[in-house]
Amino acid sequence: MKLKINGEEREIADGLTVTALLEELKIRPARVVVERNREIVAREVYGITRLADGDMLEIVHFVGGG
Amino acid sequence: MMEDFFEIAGNKYRSRLIVGTGKYKDFAETKRAIEVSGAEIVTVAVRRVNITDPNKENLLDYLDPKKYTILPNTAGCYTAEDAVRTCRLAREAGVGKLVKLEVIGDDRTLFPDVPATIEAAKILVQEGFVVLPYINDDPITAKRLEEIGCAAVMPLAAPIGSGLGIRNPYNIRIILEQAKVPVIVDAGVGTASDAAMAMEMGCHAVLMNTAIAGAKDPILMAEAMRLGIEAGRKAYLAGRIAKKLYATASSPLDGLLI
Repeated sequence: MKLKINGEEREIADGLTVTALLEELKIRPARVVVERNREIVAREVYGITRLADGDMLEIVHFVGGG
Repeated sequence: MMEDFFEIAGNKYRSRLIVGTGKYKDFAETKRAIEVSGAEIVTVAVRRVNITDPNKENLLDYLDPKKYTILPNTAGCYTAEDAVRTCRLAREAGVGKLVKLEVIGDDRTLFPDVPATIEAAKILVQEGFVVLPYINDDPITAKRLEEIGCAAVMPLAAPIGSGLGIRNPYNIRIILEQAKVPVIVDAGVGTASDAAMAMEMGCHAVLMNTAIAGAKDPILMAEAMRLGIEAGRKAYLAGRIAKKLYATASSPLDGLLI
């Protein structure tokens, strides 16, 4: 299925959960926040949230700023 | 001296220097500068993770949220909607409810968009955020944001990153006279005397980033800023003498030989 992650098109296996996607991207879940189709996905449900074709994801974290 | 602190959302802060984490050469330098500055509150930005090269290191690996109050900003947001969205994402990161609200009106001056800032502040306060808005040195804007329920007001000294120092001390003074929440000078400080001046005027804290990170020696400047803030604060508490046009002798006139 096709996802748009942080503005980039990505082809990933069907039915992946948020947890599995983060693992595949080698991103530590504890340090990021995930937004799916403009709605925040709570960390507690990463493991049971299955992604669907066409989902738009934003994966953000803290960086240096003033 | 009695205990000296300012309060935000019930938390007491002894350091009146709030520092940003941008523009350092690496996280190690960021960490060191913040340690030396003595700051207890540090600002951070919310950005997309680089998914093609997810850096193993994260800013929070260097800044323990148990040790520091993390103050996420909405830098780069030009609409109230984007700013609110950014704050919600920041809160989900689990470092608290404090946010530095900035809605930028123009990319050359980086001055705030006041109507959009007010709009975003209303929503955020309703949603339970502790809102610290970046504003112009405008007493009316400060008043409106305080009425909405912001936990502090943060008038700029000068444009972000300009290093010009406090361009309108008179307006800052009016804001200070009116405000019942802490007044934090945010942006435009260039050197330690600027920070000291804000403190001497009675501001509750100063927030800066570029002045430290952009200095030739950021660690030394972090120390200079800490000392400038402390010196200014103590001078404010001590109560300076009045300015006079003519001299007043420091040595006694009694017992003169002539």
